[in-house]
Amino acid sequence: MSDSQKKHNISLFVENKPGVTIRIALVFARRGYNIESFVGSPTQDPNYSRINIEATGDSRTLHLMLEQLNRLVDVIHAREYSDEDVIQKELALIKVRCDNETRTEILQIASAFKCRNVDISDTTMTFQVTGKSSKIDAVRKMLDKFGVLEVVRTGKVLIARGEEETSW
Amino acid sequence: MNKKQCTAAAKLIEILKNQGVECIFGLPGGNAIPIFDALAQSDMKLVLTRHEQGATHMADGYARSSGKPGVVLVTSGPGATNTLTGVMTAMMDSVPMVVLCGQQLTTNLGLDTFQEADVSGMSYPIVKHSFLVKDPEELPSIVNQAFHIASTGRPGPVIIDLPKNVTSAYIDEDTSGEFSLPGYTIRKEGSPDAIKEAAAMISKAEKPVLMVGHGAVISGASSEIKAIVEKMQIPVCNTLLGKGCFPESHELNLGMPGMHGTAYANMALCESDLIVSIGARWDDRIAGSPSDFLPQAKKIHIDIDPVEINKTVQVDCAIVGDARSVLDSLYGYLEKGNTQRWVKLIKRLKREYPLKYKKEGKLRAQHVIEEMSRLTGGEAIVTTDVGQHQMWAAQFFKTESSRNFLSSGGAGTMGFGFPAAIGAQMANPGKTVVAVVGDGGFQMTLPELSTAVNEKLPIKILLINNNYLGMVRQWQHMFYENRLSGVDLVGNPDFMKLATAYGMKGFRVKRSADVRKVLSAALEYNDGPCIIDAEVEKYDNVFPMVPSGAGLDKMLLTMPRKKLDKPKGGT
Ligand SMILES: Cc1ncc(C[n+]2csc(CCOP(=O)(O)OP(=O)(O)O)c2C)c(N)n1
Ligand SMILES: [Mg+2]
Repeated sequence: MSDSQKKHNISLFVENKPGVTIRIALVFARRGYNIESFVGSPTQDPNYSRINIEATGDSRTLHLMLEQLNRLVDVIHAREYSDEDVIQKELALIKVRCDNETRTEILQIASAFKCRNVDISDTTMTFQVTGKSSKIDAVRKMLDKFGVLEVVRTGKVLIARGEEETSW
Repeated sequence: MNKKQCTAAAKLIEILKNQGVECIFGLPGGNAIPIFDALAQSDMKLVLTRHEQGATHMADGYARSSGKPGVVLVTSGPGATNTLTGVMTAMMDSVPMVVLCGQQLTTNLGLDTFQEADVSGMSYPIVKHSFLVKDPEELPSIVNQAFHIASTGRPGPVIIDLPKNVTSAYIDEDTSGEFSLPGYTIRKEGSPDAIKEAAAMISKAEKPVLMVGHGAVISGASSEIKAIVEKMQIPVCNTLLGKGCFPESHELNLGMPGMHGTAYANMALCESDLIVSIGARWDDRIAGSPSDFLPQAKKIHIDIDPVEINKTVQVDCAIVGDARSVLDSLYGYLEKGNTQRWVKLIKRLKREYPLKYKKEGKLRAQHVIEEMSRLTGGEAIVTTDVGQHQMWAAQFFKTESSRNFLSSGGAGTMGFGFPAAIGAQMANPGKTVVAVVGDGGFQMTLPELSTAVNEKLPIKILLINNNYLGMVRQWQHMFYENRLSGVDLVGNPDFMKLATAYGMKGFRVKRSADVRKVLSAALEYNDGPCIIDAEVEKYDNVFPMVPSGAGLDKMLLTMPRKKLDKPKGGT
C-alpha cells in the first residue's frame, strides 16, 4: 500500500458549537484529502463533542493537517491513533438478497460473525454487525456472492484504553 | 429592582473603547444602522471610507504600523463580502484585525432575505476565527474573544457577524464580557532543549545567515536580533515583511532574498551552511522550489505557529515560540564562533553585486524610489501596492526600523498600498507616510482619495506610472515571447487632473534631473494628501530575478539573450 493510500484515524475533542464541522472539513478539503467517515457526538459534558474521522492520504499531509486542526480555535485536541492504540468499533447494517436455497447458508455465515438478524422478508435479510471495521469488511465480503443490496455504516468510533483520555 | 440597561450596540462601542480602539474604518448600511447609531452617541472616531475593501486595508495599515488591531465596521451582504479581499490579505500576512459586520435579523438567516449573506460561512477559510452572535447577552464576551484571538499568538483577522435584532436588543449594562477559550493556547517560550540545540548549531556554523520575517517584527525582536548579530557577527537578510526589523543600513544587512531579492542575499544563502529563520515561513517567493531549497545549509526555524514547521521546507531544528522570547533565551547559550572569513566574503559580495539601474536616459522608477528613500532618511512609513514598483521599493527603500515598511506579501493584493497608507497615517499622525503605488493597483482603491482629503492626511502618493500592468508585462516579455496580453493601461486618467478633481495637490516628474526637486516639494507639502505622478520608463524590468519555482542559484542579473523556459512555479 503506497503512503498516499494509507487510512488514518483522527480523533478530535472540540467545542460543541455551530460551524465546527465545516471548519474541520475545510482543513481536509483544502489539501484534497478525502474523508471516508465522520462521526461526531457530544461527550459526557454537553459543551464538548468528540469527532472521529477516517481519512485516506499521505502521512506528511496528515501531520500538517493535524497541526492545522489543532490551530482551529474551537478544536481543543486533535490526534491520530493507530488501530492498536485504542478500542475501535463500528456498527453496520447489511441487507442481503436471499431465497429458500440460500437462507440457511447466509444465517450460518452471520452467526459465525455474531451478526444480529434485525429484519427478514421473503427475499431479503438484514444484519447488524458490530466490531472492528476489518470485521465488517470481512462479513460484507462473505455475503457479496448472495447479492448485497445495501450497506450502511456508522463510521469508526474510538476510545482510549484504561485511564488515558481519548483524543488528548 | 431593574438593572440599568443599554443596547448591545452601545455596549459594543464601550468594549471597543476598553480594548483601546481609537478609530474605526467603515461604511454603513441598513443592518448596521443600530451600531452606527451607537457610534454617533459616542466619541469614537469613525473614518468613513468609499468602499469596504478600502476600510479593511486601512485597518490593516493601521495594525501593521502600530501593532494594535485594526477595526472595520460594515453592513451585511455586499458590505461584508466587499471586505473579504482585505480579510484574506490580513490573514496571509498575520495582521490583527476585527471586522464587525451588520447582519439580517436572526429569524431571517438562511432565507435569502434582503442583504443576507452567510458571511461567517464564507469567511472560514480566510480568517483566524469568526463569530455569529445570536444572543445579545453573549456579545460582550464574543467581542473580547475576538480581540484576544486577533491580537495574540500569530495574529490574524476575526469577523463578527452582528444581526440587527441582536445589536438593537437591550442588555444589562454590566453584562459580563468574560470568556474562556479552552481550544486556544499559545506557546510563547520555546522548548529549552530545542533552544540549546539551535544555539550549538549557530555557535558551530561557519557561514550562518539570519532570515528575519514578519514574526520577528510582530514579536518586537529587533534589539534581540541586533544583540545576536553583534555578538556572533552573522549577516542578516529580511523577507519583504521583515524589512526594517534589522536596520538595512547595517553593514551585515543583505536586504531581501528571493525572486527579486538582492544578488548578494541570494548568493550568500547559496553559500551558507546554516539559515536561521526568525518568524519567516520559507515562502515560495524565497524558497522557489521548497523540496530542494539549499540542501547544503542546515536550517533552524523559530515560529509561534506550529503549522509552519516543516510545512514546505524541512528543517533541522524547530523552535515553536515567540521570536523575541526565544532569541532572548537563545542569546545566553551562544558561543562566539569564527565567522570572520564569511563576513569578509559577504562584504565583498555586497561591493561586487550592488543593485543597479541606469540613471541616464528616461526616468527610472528605481531612481525615484531611491531618492525618496534618501530624502526621508529611514524616518518615513512606506506602504506599497503590488507589482514592479513594490519590488523596487523593497530593493531601494532602505528601511531602518520595524513597522516602517508595509506591503501585501502573502496575498499580493493590488489596491492595498494607498488605503494602507491612510491607516498608517491615522495611527501615526506625526510621521511622514509615503505610498508607493503602481498606476494599475492605485486605480483599484483610488476612491479613498476622498477619505484621505476629508481626514486631511498628508500622505505622499508616489505613483510609479509606467502605463502598464508592469509586472505581468515583464513576465510576458521574459517567458511568453513578449506577447503582451491585457497589460496596456490605455485610458489611464490624467492623474494631475484627478488630484485637482479631489481638491488635492498634484506633482509630476518626467525627467531624472527634476526628481529631487519635485520630491522635496512634495515632502514639504503637508496640507493634505498629494499625488506625485512619476512618468517612468515603460519597458523596464525588475532584476535580479529568480524564475518562479527555480533555485536561488538560477538568479538572472539581467535579461538573458537566449530564450527562457516558462517558469515551473506558481504565479
Ligand atoms: C487584485 C489583483 N489582481 C491582479 C493581480 C496580478 N498582478 C500582479 S502585479 C500586477 C500588475 C500591477 O500593475 P501596476 O499596479 O501598474 O504596477 P507595476 O507592476 O506596473 O509597477 C498584476 C495585474 C494582483 N496581484 N492583484
Ligand atoms: Mg504600472
